[in-house]
Amino acid sequence: MSELIFVGMGLHDENDISLRGLEEVKKADFAFAELYTSFMKELRIGKLEKLARKKIKMVSRRMLEEENGEEILAAAQKGKTIFLVPGDPLVATTHVDLRINAEKIGVKTRIIHGASIITAAIGLSGLQNYKFGRSVTIPFTHNLHVSETPYAILKTNRKAGLHTLCFLDIKAEEKRYMTIKEALGILLEIEEKRRESIILGNTLVVGIARAGSKNPVVKSGMFHKVLNYDFGAPPQTLIFPGKLHFMEAEALTKLADAPESIKQLIR
Amino acid sequence: MPRFKQTAEILQLMAKKENIRDIGIIAHIDHGKTTMTDSLLTEAGLLSPKIAGQARALDYLEEEQKRGITIKTANISLLHEENNISYLINLIDTPGHVDFTGKVTRALRAIDGAVVVVDAVEEVMVQTETVTRQALNERVKPVLFINKVDRLIKELKLGPDEIQAKLARIIRDFNNLIALYGEDEQKNNWKVDPTKGTVAFGSALHRWGFTMDIAKEKNIKFKEIIEAYKNEKVEELVKKLPLHNAILTMAVRHLPNPIEAQKYRIPKVWKGDIDSEPGKAMLNVDPKGPTVMCITLAQMDPHAGLVATGRLFSGTVKEGEQVYLVGAKRNYRVQQVSMYMGAFRDPVNQIDAGNIAALLGLDQARAGETLVSLNHKSSMVPFERIKYVSEPVITIAIEPKHPRDLPRLIDVMNRLAIEDPNLVTSINKETGEYLLSGMGELHLEIAVKFLRDYAGGDLEIITSKPLVVYRESIMSSGIVAMAKSPNKHSKFWLQVEPLEENIIQLIEKGDLAEEMGRKRMGTVLKEAGWPTDEARNVWALEEHRNILLDLTKGVQYLREVRDMLIAGFRWACQNGPLCEEPIRGLKVKIMDASLHEDPVHRGPAQIMPAARRGILGSFLSSKPVILEPVYKIGVSVPAQWVGEVSGLITRKRGRIVASEQKGPLTMITGFIPVAETFGLSAEMRSSTSGHAFWQTSFDHWEKAPENVAAEVIRSVRERRGLSSEIPNISRFIDEA
Repeated sequence: MSELIFVGMGLHDENDISLRGLEEVKKADFAFAELYTSFMKELRIGKLEKLARKKIKMVSRRMLEEENGEEILAAAQKGKTIFLVPGDPLVATTHVDLRINAEKIGVKTRIIHGASIITAAIGLSGLQNYKFGRSVTIPFTHNLHVSETPYAILKTNRKAGLHTLCFLDIKAEEKRYMTIKEALGILLEIEEKRRESIILGNTLVVGIARAGSKNPVVKSGMFHKVLNYDFGAPPQTLIFPGKLHFMEAEALTKLADAPESIKQLIR
Repeated sequence: MPRFKQTAEILQLMAKKENIRDIGIIAHIDHGKTTMTDSLLTEAGLLSPKIAGQARALDYLEEEQKRGITIKTANISLLHEENNISYLINLIDTPGHVDFTGKVTRALRAIDGAVVVVDAVEEVMVQTETVTRQALNERVKPVLFINKVDRLIKELKLGPDEIQAKLARIIRDFNNLIALYGEDEQKNNWKVDPTKGTVAFGSALHRWGFTMDIAKEKNIKFKEIIEAYKNEKVEELVKKLPLHNAILTMAVRHLPNPIEAQKYRIPKVWKGDIDSEPGKAMLNVDPKGPTVMCITLAQMDPHAGLVATGRLFSGTVKEGEQVYLVGAKRNYRVQQVSMYMGAFRDPVNQIDAGNIAALLGLDQARAGETLVSLNHKSSMVPFERIKYVSEPVITIAIEPKHPRDLPRLIDVMNRLAIEDPNLVTSINKETGEYLLSGMGELHLEIAVKFLRDYAGGDLEIITSKPLVVYRESIMSSGIVAMAKSPNKHSKFWLQVEPLEENIIQLIEKGDLAEEMGRKRMGTVLKEAGWPTDEARNVWALEEHRNILLDLTKGVQYLREVRDMLIAGFRWACQNGPLCEEPIRGLKVKIMDASLHEDPVHRGPAQIMPAARRGILGSFLSSKPVILEPVYKIGVSVPAQWVGEVSGLITRKRGRIVASEQKGPLTMITGFIPVAETFGLSAEMRSSTSGHAFWQTSFDHWEKAPENVAAEVIRSVRERRGLSSEIPNISRFIDEA
């Protein structure tokens, strides 16, 4: 049966896949996985293959983008095909083109969801989902070129009193994962250039490391406190809170180590 | 040591601008420039009078001595006395061989006046014309030295009237060059005239020479010179009419000092605002102004590191000074300031405006760079790119015989590339071969010899057969091509058009250059006839005469991907779709774009390929063609072989454009595709029994005939390991 199922692998290791997802992998004719869009710290594909009793083929960015995922589509035309993706497929990543192309050639598609860093980070922080503005990725600087989009988005959200969720860039091929420290450094560099007082010493920041693992770290505080805090290993994520609901302020102080002084941000 | 005494004297003189002359000697190959330079060197006391003329002190590279032609540009400072006034002559030696014309051009930027040497027997030749044209273009004032007059007497045994007629013809031909290539001011005032003392006659080898005013002052008639040869009294002639006196007198009396010259040269060679602080300082040769130096030569010294030589147009450069290189965008501390004495550099504390200086410690300096005091870093407009008349048109692949020598080869290749910007080194990504591109077979032959010498002489290098370099271009406007980024989240609409010939000319002349900035480029392009919206929005100018324009309106985030789009544009221009040769003469218009919201989904890995694909897609829809390099060829041959030479050139797909009788010789001028010139030497020799003297220099790119183009595409694709078919347009464009 010709079918392409996108299966989310969740956040941390091979045990984050849903039971439904695992069952589908077991029944599949072909299984593929990509690991370049997100970093799952303890995932071992070999272990997942054992759990699913299925050979899983790894695919590169090149194969998906430059070759338009032709190999996956070809497999999906022949039989039940699984495409395993970190997190929740088709949320923070870019596989929607593959899904559209599959439907265009008559291959039915489905999604089996996994946990996403978006909900995980928000949940861990204690902030309320209803109050987030646009999210943004902070990219690595390229040949000294610094994207100022994150700064602009922070500014817009801040004006509207909204929180900002920032994903941190990864370069899986080079095993480089941006840390909170690097990300804050980049924002500081933009602040020094633009001087619009978006990033200041007393700007409130929430840093989150290893969401989905047994030992996630959530630390909230003023910019410089968080900048100098040791979050340990990646992956890491940042939130810049806007105006705070009193429950949010309480959660940040009780669950994320924020100072009492943040209560002045309550509106 | 007289050398040190003279250094001190010269330093004193550097402050008196009226008594400085920055000059060069330019000539057709073998017309005697180096011999003459050495004769002048005796004046500085560096060599004994006897060995000048034989030793050729400036040809300090062994290679040059062996071949008898000058390759490296060197500088010397000389003293000359006239009416009890001491003059400082800064002399830039320039190479005479056509393959190295780029170096002549670079040296011209540093000088205000030039002595053009013409062989009395061969008269005005192709290269005389090229270098004179280049000099006029840089507003360098010429005077004429007609050399080898002794040969007219001894070898051709001409009588006084015949000699006079021949000399008059040379002067007329030379003035015709000024009339042809000069600006109005030059046409009116720069023509040479023996009665005014702007023409000297003589023999560099025998070290005598005179101008008419000197002959008058010493009361000598031309007849006496003929007699001196008949009676073997040349020694006396040399004593009465020393060559250096004739040349330096001519320079002192008729070539401008820096104060005079910079007034009219700066507005021509520098495009900044004349009323700005550096502008005013340069116009006035102000030693107290900001330090501004145009670097005209960069050489690697194995002990001292990079030596940057150039002309100081304003200010005073001191050891320890903080300076800024505008092109390299880097700050430096000057480690040492020195002046030239023959092949040697003498360290001094400081050198001021109007002079030639050599600086140590600027490892990123290259010929053509602009150096400025650190405190003027942000406001300095660089000198326009020095105009290179020649382009590298021939390539060889080189590799070390023993693989373990590869690091050494790379090291010396880098060194050579620094010294000779007309040499392009690159790596063939498919084969891993190291490629060396130059302006002709001889240029590359000498480059390989240098590589060996630089490595200590024991580096064995294997070279491939020379290959011609081609260009890809288009004959019509292309479609508006839409290309998506690899992740399909960003789209660009791009269109290519042939770049107008007058714009290409502006780029080649250096009147349109990226470093001028968007605003000034806009002014130039508008004057050249471009509509305002196009003229104002130039984003990039690529070295192979390609331009990128932004014609979009209000595209969100476009500014953030600008550098990546430019990088994609340059990438496309480096390797065209026909056979991955560079693209030439393209106007790329960004018509519209749609970009992903998140910066990580529109990084360089997404934007660069999209820009490249769109450009190549539109390119393939616009009648693509192959351009081949064409040499200008000049052959001088006795009349009886004219038919053979014409036939040979025509058979080689060449064409004859002029043929002129000069005494017993006929001077044939024509064009010939570079691809047809391999092995031309042997054929020329056999068909004229060795009586033809000829040379070639790159002239222009020309659309290759279709059958030739097809064969070029086939063989280049094969050599590069590409599939035999030109890629289909569908590979580069996307639908909706």
